[in-house]
Parts: sequence; structure tokens; C-alpha cells
Amino acid sequence: MPQNPQLNKNGELQHLLSIEGLSKDILRHILDTAESFTGVSEREVKKVPLLRGKTVCNIFFENSTRTRTTFEIAAKRLSADVVSLNVNSSSQSKGETILDTVDNLTAMHSDMFVVRHSQSGAAHFIARHVAPHIHVINAGDGRHAHPTQGLLDVFTIRRYKPDMHNLRVAIVGDLLHSRVARSEIHALTTLGVPEVRVIAPKTLLPENVDRMGVQVYHDMREGLKGVDVVMMLRLQNERMSGALLSSAQEYFKCYGLTQEKLALAKPDAIVMHPGPMNRGVEIDSAVADGAQSVILPQVTYGIAVRMAVMSILAGNTE
Amino acid sequence: MKIHIRNGRLIDPKNNIDAIQDVFIAAGKIVAIGSAPADFHANQTLDATGQIVCPGLVDLSARLREPGFEYKATLESELRAAAAGGITSLACPPDTEPVLDEPGLVEMLKHRAKLLNLAHVYPLGALTRQLEGKQLTEMCELTEAGCVGFSHATAPLTDTLVMRRAMQYASTFGFRVWLHPEDVYLARNGVAHDGEVAARLGLTGIPSSAETIALATILTLAQETGAHVHVCRISSREGVEMLRKAKQQGVTVSSDIGINHLHLTEHDIGYFDAQCHLKPPLRSQRDRDALRQGLVDGTIDAICSDHTPVDDDAKLAPFAESEPGATGLELLLPLTLKWAQESGTPLLKALASVTSEPAALLGITAGHLAVGACADVCVFDMEEYWKVAPQSLLSQGKNSPFLGLELAGKVRATIVAGHLVHQA
Amino acid sequence: MKLPDAEQLLVELAEKIRPLIQGKVALVGIHSGGAWLAERLKEILDGDVPLGALDISFYRDDFEQRGLHPQVKPSHIPFEVEDCHIILIDDVLYTGRTIRGAMNELFDYGRPAKITLAVLIDRGGRQMPVEAQIVGTRCELEAHQSLELLRDDSGKFSLKLHENL
Repeated sequence: MPQNPQLNKNGELQHLLSIEGLSKDILRHILDTAESFTGVSEREVKKVPLLRGKTVCNIFFENSTRTRTTFEIAAKRLSADVVSLNVNSSSQSKGETILDTVDNLTAMHSDMFVVRHSQSGAAHFIARHVAPHIHVINAGDGRHAHPTQGLLDVFTIRRYKPDMHNLRVAIVGDLLHSRVARSEIHALTTLGVPEVRVIAPKTLLPENVDRMGVQVYHDMREGLKGVDVVMMLRLQNERMSGALLSSAQEYFKCYGLTQEKLALAKPDAIVMHPGPMNRGVEIDSAVADGAQSVILPQVTYGIAVRMAVMSILAGNTE
Repeated sequence: MKIHIRNGRLIDPKNNIDAIQDVFIAAGKIVAIGSAPADFHANQTLDATGQIVCPGLVDLSARLREPGFEYKATLESELRAAAAGGITSLACPPDTEPVLDEPGLVEMLKHRAKLLNLAHVYPLGALTRQLEGKQLTEMCELTEAGCVGFSHATAPLTDTLVMRRAMQYASTFGFRVWLHPEDVYLARNGVAHDGEVAARLGLTGIPSSAETIALATILTLAQETGAHVHVCRISSREGVEMLRKAKQQGVTVSSDIGINHLHLTEHDIGYFDAQCHLKPPLRSQRDRDALRQGLVDGTIDAICSDHTPVDDDAKLAPFAESEPGATGLELLLPLTLKWAQESGTPLLKALASVTSEPAALLGITAGHLAVGACADVCVFDMEEYWKVAPQSLLSQGKNSPFLGLELAGKVRATIVAGHLVHQA
Repeated sequence: MKLPDAEQLLVELAEKIRPLIQGKVALVGIHSGGAWLAERLKEILDGDVPLGALDISFYRDDFEQRGLHPQVKPSHIPFEVEDCHIILIDDVLYTGRTIRGAMNELFDYGRPAKITLAVLIDRGGRQMPVEAQIVGTRCELEAHQSLELLRDDSGKFSLKLHENL
């Protein structure tokens, strides 16, 4: 097994490709740095000069306005120049390969690539082929990882429930297809959360998921008993075809988060969702907008976490 | 051309020989072993001191990419690679472009191969027209043109009635049917073994049941029709167990394993190494161990290279978008030796898996070195290491999970029909 | 060399600063030493004076070479910087780069009316055109030496000389 491609020779973060493979110390460093950046967003001048003169390139082979926008804001708050490319339309259909696109952008003096792609492993692939001075941030690759989301989720939990060593966390929904869930699981287990539960029907759970250090529940009411954090996952519409599920209504009945089911968790449990939400499918509006929901703060923290990741990477040059 | 191979360790599995013996070749045949025949004046003497002399290897599956895929590799480049790998006879699957379902195409391929004077090429004809799984091919005509069996390559054969009839027809004439056991629905879009690695990496998995369900169909029909069926590239422990039981029940079935599956598992995918994107997928350690055991106890009859060269761009993509397959002609011998050494299998038995056993499966007389046999010989140095790299490989396919590694087992000379076709 | 008594110096520094505590004024300490000093000065001078702290990690000029400082603590300016007289406090003034960064950061919060720099020790060796208007004491150190302000569990300050070879 070759050396961890995310780390440079000094063991520092060169790329952020997945939470898996990162030590507790590196994760804590990112989270602690993000703490400082939350303050920046509250100032009049919401910028710091760390990445001034640097160019950050958002290369989105898979569309996403939300994620792309938060990365843009984060980069701009670090005083970086930002270029955003939606690659799916133009060049890819003309047959330009991923590497051609990356090479062209390198030639335009980019320092950092933020990459989203529909294939698992795309970020690793790109990181393997970029020039040595370029840092790659994985903004989501297929079903594999979405490390900044995992980080901001854990950051959010840490804010509301500082004692991570005493928590029960439940992740509910389509884990099979979820890069967010995989990153969340790795972040939680690495940081020492003692109990991570996954709740889903068998069709939506990956094979051997328990090997990732989680407890499997198929009954949501059982799984939610006594948890401190409920992390909901989005259910894509296309899951209804392909014999994975029967209907949105049945899914909501068994696995949707309602006030009644939430009451089984601890009274001060928090509810999270990476967004965008399918109200009435995986989560009830009353819960999404309710007192226990921290879904909106998650979004704010997302900017601070991404600023932290970008500044740490930019500062690690061999 | 008279060739004298001097002082080598002769290992001939079929004839149970493992001894230091000289070998004498004339007029394309082995004329003597041990002492020279009277009046033998060698045109060429090969000093094989410290080296092993064995029958030229017989490879059950090598994609030569002609006709149709010349941008990936050519007949000439791949047959030279075979020579460099000590392979003197090989079978090629029918999934070319066009598919090998017409006698004319088979004749042309055989003719072109013959002109190159390198390894003997034995085409496998398509079992159904265009490999579409609907209509039978002219198996008698194709056999006359040179096919040694009929294969469905990795194209799906879902209509069980067609499979049954194809087996019945083939067995009417004693033709062997070569099938890859994979259920097309369970394997759909899959790129890796459906286990813990695919789960972590977010790759679509192909469960072992994709193999066992298809294998059950194949074995049941084989038993019913009495056809000789060869199961290609077994990959799961459950599959091995099914084969074991079938053989015990007297079903006329044989099987092979790809050389990479003898060594690697799903964990070798590491950080999405597309070189480990193979079909069938690399499965778990337990599966690999069962495959090794199957080879030792005879459940699995032979090892093949499953040579699948791809052009460089084909692996330069995220895992699921890369083309599956590995180059194998030059790795068959060293990887067989590596397995023998690691498992403690005697060389005589290990080399049988790549000489006499596959020859028997192809129904050819190759794979052994008795006096009178065709002079297809491989001379290699078991101790010499070489680095697997694009520069050291003669095949146009530079795709291998073993790139960058050093392997022991360097072919020093390859002789086909009494002609020296490779020397290093 | 004999190190000065930090506690004594601090008392002297406080008296030099006292005349400035009038009108719209605030104390801002630079992490960590300056922040500790500012906290204590607030106690000594006037419990009501606004107090802030700056962590200048995001404004350093050696980010390219050294990366992000691992011990980043958040800056905290809980008052209006606009039109305020900021008394910027640090423990040791050396090259002046820290002060340059601190001023840049302060200006991102607003436009102060005036900035007065007060330091416990000025050790010379300036690389920037920066001077402290209020100084506890001056001393000259070699390039390989550094001075660290320490605070024990009871809050008592002392100075430590490091020989970095």
C-alpha cells in the first residue's frame, strides 16, 4: 500500500481527499482553526489576507450551486482570486479528458483545485496527476467522500456537544449512495465518538458497513433511543426506481424524521442535515424548522471550515 | 536448425521429469534428451547452466486485439510479448471486432499468426453469432478453420435455452464450451468485489453470488447435456466449492484462474489504483486463499494470463471509468513462480498449471518435452529479478497491478517449433 | 544577563499608560503574552476599560514559509474600533513584523482614531519602521536569543531567556 497521498513528506496535509487516513490531530487542527474563522464572518471586513495572490479553481464536473458557492465565499474571504468551472457541459462532452482540463487550468497558474466529480476516486486521481505545488480539495467524489462536509458536521456537533467522548450519534438514510455519510462516519470514529449508529433499510446499506465501526439498525425507533445527535441524509428521487425502495411515502413512514420519532432521542438532541432537504421524504418540516434543528448553523460553519482547510493547505508547501 | 540446450534443469511435468538433462532439437522436434544422438552437430548451443528448461508455456487466454483493436495492441507486438514470456502456444478469445464467428476471420487470424512465426495461436470461436447470445455459430466450419473450442468471452449469455442448446450442439461434435460465470444483472455497473473495500471506497460492487448463480446454471446444464464445459476465471471461494462438488459428482467441467487473482485481493485497490480494476474483480483474502487451495487440490485445472492489453489513456481515469484488464503474457511465468515459492508448491506441479494442464484443456499435444514432441521450449533463470515497467514490457499493454515491482523469473530463451524466437 | 522583574515592570508600565485612559479608549493585547498583560492592566488601571485580544496568525508575513501557526486562538474585539484610541499591548518588541500584522488586522475591524503601542520590553533589532511610544525597559539581545513572558498558575509574570542554537 503506497504512502497516504494526502500527506507530504513531512506528514502535513498536502491535499484533502478524504477523512479516512487522517489522524485525530490533523482533524482537530482543522476544527480548531475553523473556530478562529467563525469570528471573521462577524466582522465588517470579512477577509483575511492569507491567500492573497493565490488562485483557487473550482472544478465542478458534477453540478452543485450550494457547495460551489460556499467554496467561493471561503476562498474570497481568504483574499484569494477565484475561478469557477462547470465542466460537465462544454469540454467534457467534446471528449476532453479530466487530465486535459486539469492541465489547462494548471497552465493558468492555479494554486488550488476544488474538485467535485460523479465518480468515486476522481479526487485521488486528479491529486496523483497535478503538479507538485498544487493542492487538491475533494468537494465530493461519487459515493466515496465529501471531507469538508464531514468536517463541518463534526464542527457543528462539537459546538453544541463539546464532550465528543460521551456521545451517541445516529446517521439515518441512504448510506449506500452517500459520500457525506462515509466522511461523517470516519470523522466521528477518528475523533473518538463511542457510539455511531446507522439506520437504514438493508437495500440502502453498503456491504460490511459494520467494518467501518458503526452499529447497524433497521428499526428507526430502536436506533434513535437515547441519541444525542441525529444526522439525516438526503434521499435522491432516483432511488425510487431500481428496486431499492418502494415509495417516498413508505420511506417517510419507516425512516422519515418526525417530531414523534425525535422524541425518542434525548430531549436536548440536535438534528442535522447536509442539505438540500426533501421535506416530507426524509424529514418533517416541523423538525427541520424546529428548536432542535441546527441545519442553518451548519451552513455558516461550512464557510469557516472550508477557510480553515484552504489556509492550512496553502501554508503547507514542502 | 539443430539446437543443443546444455546443462539445464529439465522440468517436464507431464513426463514427471525434474533433472539436469541436455535437450537436443532438430527439424522442429525434440530428437533426444540426455545424450546427443549420433552425428548431432548443433548450429546453436544454449548454455542453460543454473537455468530451468521447461515446455513452452501454454496460455489459455490472451487477447491479441486483432482484428479490430489495433490501437490497443497488434498481433505482432503481442506475440513478441508472448515469446518474451516463454509462451509458445496460446488461445485467444473471440471478442475481437469483428467477432470471431466466421471461418474466414479465423483462417485469416491463423494465417497472419503463422507468418509471424512466433507462438502457435489457437483461436476460440464464438459460441453464438456476434456473441449476441441468440443464434449458434457454425461450429464445425469454425473448427475446421482452426478453432479449438467455443467461448462466449465476457459477453452475457442470459437466455438459458440458448445456453442449453449451444452445449448440446457443441457436445454432439465433442467441442468444448468456454464460459465466464457472471450473472449480468448482479454484475451490472459493478467494478469491484462487493465487500468492505468497495463499501469504503464507494464503488459499485459485484457480489460473489453473481458468479455462483451463473455457475450453478452452467454446471446444471453441463451435467444435463454432458457437454465439456470449461469455466473461465473463477474468482470466489463459493465458486471453487461448487466446482469441487461438481467434479466429485462426475460433471465434465474444467476451470482456470487468472494469474492476478492468484496473488491479489480487493485490498490491493488501495487508493483507487485503476491497475487493479479487473474482470472478474479481485475479491477478499478468503477468496484468494480458496483459489490457491483449489489450484493445489486440482479443483482448478490451470492458470492463465488473461492477457488484456489496453492503451495508456484507458487506465488514466477515475476507477470506475477506467477499462478493466491487465497485461499478462510476460507476467505469467514469474507470477506462477512467485506463487509456487510462497505456497511451497514444487516446481514440477506449479509448472504443470501453465504447460501440460492447459495443453490438455485445449486438446493440443503441446506442453511437454518427450522425444518426438514439437520443440516448444522455454529456458528461464528462476533467480534473476527484473522490474515490471513500461520499458521492460514488450506488450503494447503496459497496464499491470505489478508495475514498479521486481519479480523473479527471467526468460532467457524461447523456442517455437525448433526456432529460437526470443533470447535475452 | 540579569532579567528584569516582570511584575515590577508591569506596574511601571501601567503608570505610564494611566494618563491615556480617558475618552473612547480600549486596550488590545496581542496573543499570548500581550493578551495576558492587557488583562492585568485592565485590572490595575480601570475595570471598565474595554478589552480585546488579537491573534495575528492570519496576518503574519511568513505564512508561505511556515504555514498556519498551529496554536491559532480566535481574535476577540468586542467593541467598536471606529474612532477609538487603541492602546496596543505586546510583551516583547523585536523586528516589528508582529505589530505590522496587528495593525493590519485592527484596520479590518474599523478605522481607529489613534493607536498607541505599549510594550514591556524593547529588545531592538527592528526590521520594520515601527516604534513603541511606551516602553517598560530596553535591552539588547543577540540574534540567537529570545525572551519569553511566562505566567504561572497564580497569574504571576516572569521573564525567561532562551538561547536558540
